[in-house]
Amino acid sequence: MTTQTLYDKLWQAHVVRDNGDGSALIYIDRHLLHEVTSPQAFDGLRLNARLPWRLAANLAVADHNVPTTDRSLGIADPISRTQVEALDSNCAEYGITEFQMNDARQGIVHVIGPEQGATLPGMTVVCGDSHTSTHGAFGALAFGIGTSEVEHALATQTLVLKKAKNMRVAVRGQVAPGITAKDIVLAIIGQIGTAGGTGHAIEFAGEAITALSMEGRMTVCNMAIEAGARAGLIAVDQTTIDYVRGRPFSPKGEALAKAIPYWQSLHSDAMAVFDTEVMIDGSTIKPQVTWGTSPEMVLPVDGHVPDPAREADPTRRQGIERALQYMGLTANMPVTDIVIDKVFIGSCTNARIEDMRAAAKVVAGKRVAGNVKLAMIVPGSGLVKRQAEQEGLDQIFRAAGFEWREPGCSMCLGMNADQLSPGERCASTSNRNFEGRQGAGGRTHLVSPAMAAAAAVAGHFVDIRSF
Amino acid sequence: MQAFTQVSGTVAPLDRANVDTDAIIPKQYLKSIKRTGFGVYLFDDARYLDRGDLDIDVATRRLNPDFALNQARYVGASILLARENFGCGSSREHAVWALADFGFRAVIAPSYADIFYNNSFKNGFLPIVLPADVVQGLFEALAAQDGYTLSIDLPAQTVTTPDGQPFNFEIDPFRKDCLVRGLDEIGLTLQHADAIRDYEARRAAEAPWLFAS
Repeated sequence: MTTQTLYDKLWQAHVVRDNGDGSALIYIDRHLLHEVTSPQAFDGLRLNARLPWRLAANLAVADHNVPTTDRSLGIADPISRTQVEALDSNCAEYGITEFQMNDARQGIVHVIGPEQGATLPGMTVVCGDSHTSTHGAFGALAFGIGTSEVEHALATQTLVLKKAKNMRVAVRGQVAPGITAKDIVLAIIGQIGTAGGTGHAIEFAGEAITALSMEGRMTVCNMAIEAGARAGLIAVDQTTIDYVRGRPFSPKGEALAKAIPYWQSLHSDAMAVFDTEVMIDGSTIKPQVTWGTSPEMVLPVDGHVPDPAREADPTRRQGIERALQYMGLTANMPVTDIVIDKVFIGSCTNARIEDMRAAAKVVAGKRVAGNVKLAMIVPGSGLVKRQAEQEGLDQIFRAAGFEWREPGCSMCLGMNADQLSPGERCASTSNRNFEGRQGAGGRTHLVSPAMAAAAAVAGHFVDIRSF
Repeated sequence: MQAFTQVSGTVAPLDRANVDTDAIIPKQYLKSIKRTGFGVYLFDDARYLDRGDLDIDVATRRLNPDFALNQARYVGASILLARENFGCGSSREHAVWALADFGFRAVIAPSYADIFYNNSFKNGFLPIVLPADVVQGLFEALAAQDGYTLSIDLPAQTVTTPDGQPFNFEIDPFRKDCLVRGLDEIGLTLQHADAIRDYEARRAAEAPWLFAS
């Protein structure tokens, strides 16, 4: 077989049993758990007197509810506290490895998996979280699941899955200086739409993708779900192998020597056929800013907010009108005229060390603008935080007027105390700008870390290329 | 799981594309560690004028009179009519739990986000795909008639209008069978425990690093 896609190879390697109807029982190598989508699954196990099939496949961490302020005080909200304690007690009861809130390795589940080497090329990786697509950056088949599937994966180490279609998004050529992985993926979503990848696994390819670091590749795959695809994928290359080598959970010595040739086979064959192909010229991508309430409502920073009067389709026109109203924006206004109240640099999309460095580079020696009420940096994990502090980045951020916080999901979805108030406008490096996502009535603009940092300093969006 | 065969009932409209799971059930309710009780928070931001939380009694909250589910003509609705890409966004199964707990047994839309679609079948809740023009016609019929009902027959894979016009829908045979019989999928999978063990032995020989710890 020399005509398989990467997705085909990963699928085939994990078929336990083919049901003969396009679905199969698929083996799960790694199961990541967090506190929000797992308690009902553990209850299901107890109710049916079932045990986890293979304990070592599981790794748990609390990330959604944890405070990003002083943790010696515990979690103030009793309901959040109960949920985190439920994860602690479930992991203790069944013997599942967990990084608890005060563990230095604690962090966002999609940051710690790769950081620990728990995510490896060629694995199937699942988690009760849609941004599990992140791990596809390693040439792993990784996708989000619901709580019933969390229970199924715990109890059987498998899932019943229907094979997805193959889609390839090739970003050709080089991107311009200042253009990041976030701009690339937002531009892709802007082109194919939030349902463009529905029913597909998207393989990201092309020179602009292979030129990215692993951090950048994770940013791209993270947002595959915002294009509708449960899984995003990038072929394994030397960058992947160099990143994986030497991490706590990754293979060593003889095992590593055996793994590397297999990992090197994890790419689509030259003659592989995709159901859907999209091509983007990387050199045309500009810094991106979302203006509306769906990630596909995105513009280049030198663009203007759309005018519903120019939209012929009634459903789309209604969508634009509704989004403009919610976002408090005027048709045709320049993106750079949008003034912000808060800045959030963090989330499973953009809270890795490279993101911290990119933001620090922009704010070094500058100050957060007077109209910005809060600018916060939430590192993706305790280890990212420590690394950033060793590099002195926290000092740069603090000197500029940013708050330097403890790791977690934080204001990406505001399940903890970090939320927008109604009407507040935020430059955010997260992944969703849905109505109310960062707090009821809050207004989210998705951008790269460098763009968020520049907006913090200017008080409004600016073109990072001329900042 | 509750089996699904035939359901007839009142239809309620949600006339908006890309309804995301944050809109179906907002974040603050995801802190509950239970699987039930989410129905009162369904479409919370649109349904109530004030902000709610798990520790706020919904009886004290102000309903938004403009929202369909608050209107007398849709009381007791068991079928939701929606637009493209329903259920996009997060993987939270709470979205399906909220719809089912509210009393919906099915949703009809031109398309769904993958994870939401998949989660639905685990909860005796049927997501039906009908073409956009058929859905448009149903929206119009629904607007024109108080107490508009539809009849869903899953074994026959049909949705039938009050005047007897049937529309066929497609569904994966395995999912259909599980839903019609109300089967426990984990129990079904564990019937193949030997195949899982065989796979593990085979895979551990090829890729021992995957089973190292």
